[in-house]
Amino acid sequence: MRWLRKNLVVIAGLLTLAYMILPNAVVMVFSFNRPNGRFNYSWQRFSTDAWKDPCGVADLCRSLTLSLQLAAWATLGAVLLGTMIAFALVRYRFRARGAINSLIFLPMAMPEVVMAASLLTLFLNMGVQLGFLTVLIAHIMFCLSFVVTAVKARIMSMDPRLEEAARDLYAGPAQTFLRVTLPIAAPGIAAGGLLAFALSFDDFIITNFNAGPSTVTFPMFVWGSAQRGTPVQINVIGTAMFVLAVLIVVTGQLIANRRKKTATA
Amino acid sequence: MTDTTTGGDVRLTGISKTYGSFTAVHPLDLTVPQGSFFALLGASGCGKTTTLRMIAGLEDPSTGSVFLGDTDVTDLPPYKRPVNTVFQSYALFPHMDISENIAFGLRRRGIKSVKKQVDDMLELVQLGDKATHKPHQLSGGQQQRVAVARALINHPQVLLLDEPLGALDLKLRRQMQLELKRIQTEVGITFVHVTHDQEEAMTMADQVAVMNGGRVEQLGAPADLYENPRTTFVANFLGTSNLIEADVLDTGADVLVTAGGGRLRVPADRCPSAVRKGGKLLVGVRPEKISLAHADDAGEIGADRNRVTGRIADSSFIGVSTQYVVNSPAGAELQVYEQNVERRAGLLPGTEVVLHWNPAHTFGLDADQDIDAGVETVEDSL
Repeated sequence: MRWLRKNLVVIAGLLTLAYMILPNAVVMVFSFNRPNGRFNYSWQRFSTDAWKDPCGVADLCRSLTLSLQLAAWATLGAVLLGTMIAFALVRYRFRARGAINSLIFLPMAMPEVVMAASLLTLFLNMGVQLGFLTVLIAHIMFCLSFVVTAVKARIMSMDPRLEEAARDLYAGPAQTFLRVTLPIAAPGIAAGGLLAFALSFDDFIITNFNAGPSTVTFPMFVWGSAQRGTPVQINVIGTAMFVLAVLIVVTGQLIANRRKKTATA
Repeated sequence: MTDTTTGGDVRLTGISKTYGSFTAVHPLDLTVPQGSFFALLGASGCGKTTTLRMIAGLEDPSTGSVFLGDTDVTDLPPYKRPVNTVFQSYALFPHMDISENIAFGLRRRGIKSVKKQVDDMLELVQLGDKATHKPHQLSGGQQQRVAVARALINHPQVLLLDEPLGALDLKLRRQMQLELKRIQTEVGITFVHVTHDQEEAMTMADQVAVMNGGRVEQLGAPADLYENPRTTFVANFLGTSNLIEADVLDTGADVLVTAGGGRLRVPADRCPSAVRKGGKLLVGVRPEKISLAHADDAGEIGADRNRVTGRIADSSFIGVSTQYVVNSPAGAELQVYEQNVERRAGLLPGTEVVLHWNPAHTFGLDADQDIDAGVETVEDSL
């Protein structure tokens, strides 16, 4: 009983961790499955077939490439626009600044299905051909709020004297931005960018409404194939993405730690 | 350094700054002699920092010009002025280590081999072992020295210091005052130092400009300002002054006045020129110039001394001195500081005393101003 009381926090923590990790573990484990039928829902036996041939399913890799391209462009667009919006909101006083500050959060607050349907209505009324561009526009739109929020927090905590100091030390406007402003805002911009990439890569609802017949993203492909059967390759792609993300985070941490260590040494 | 000349004076002519309807700095003329340690002293909001920022180019003056030597730099952006600033918050670049911070100015001007100069600077501010540290790993005093080194390495014509010691605790502040003074003597660059701490200004500066409400009230050497304040603000802001309202009886080599029934003499050359018979005058004397005598011993006081009778209202023992508060018909709450050379018994609250001092230590001020200006000004809001 006393043991339990003492370790309750740890147990609760471990349970929560398990709750979060278990689905990921299932994805990984089932990427090594060889299912009997078309559905990869029950464990049969170990196999690396799917890993040896990840593109073995028709259209899977095309949809993956499309999703990655889409996420990359959406991230670039959202980061560029979002960073500029964030700087404008923090640094300048202008009319409707307060209104814009709250409007930025609208895409986060709006139910995604409603947003998706409304966007479709808008595109149809404007007579725009649905396709890569419409999806990209939609993605940049909903990623913007997240980038602005992340970058804004970073800029707000930045001492404006730092830029004054740079200008005072012979750095012109461009140098000041490149050498001081940007490096200090970088963690916020990177966080916003990663978030945007993940959101865009993952998005199904808005994409599904606004995509054309030839723009089948990875989430749409998974959804589509789930009607007919789930190829193991889906799990392979999922696992690969997961491992890649974890690797990036861990390397980032290691580099940060190393830097801190050399600095104190 | 845009040219090889070693600079010249900093001259401000008719410089002013207004924000909408608020005037931060009224048109002012100021000359800072080359190589001097110059302090802009005043309470917060008096326009001293704005003045400094106009010299740096971080603030555009509404009117007037800034000259460095003979060069008009008014329209030059900060990165083209041979002037560097030490900010109150130090503003060290958090993503760079100490040596990168110090080398920043040199690199921006395209100087490649900075190692030697950076090392020399680290030596000058005694931080040689901290070159690869990040700013956040340093203490406040160390960060402050990095900020000074980062500015000085550029050999500016003028170094501007915006309350650089404001964030340090008292002991460290005293230490850094001496340190900065030492560095200034060593490099011989003009320092313009903004502060609200009158002691700091007096210990460090060759010349002090006392600012109040966007204007320079008085400019001079610290001792001169202290001994000969020309306004009640300066008299009260720099140290403590006893100011007594008096009526002028006669003028001459000494101005003879009467206050609370007693007569006082003030040297005419320490009075405003407008003083005339029948007019008013504020008579001032510093607390440490006054001697206290027991009322019974009044006969022993020299006849040539100014005297005021009163009663001790309060006394506090400070260690090196004892501070008395004396109420008298001439004025309430007169301050007297007596050195504790010998412990004197009998000067307890309630005692009738005579305050007496050498008339030469008396100064006269125009009676047409607020007698309490500059008293207890928002002392160290930190």
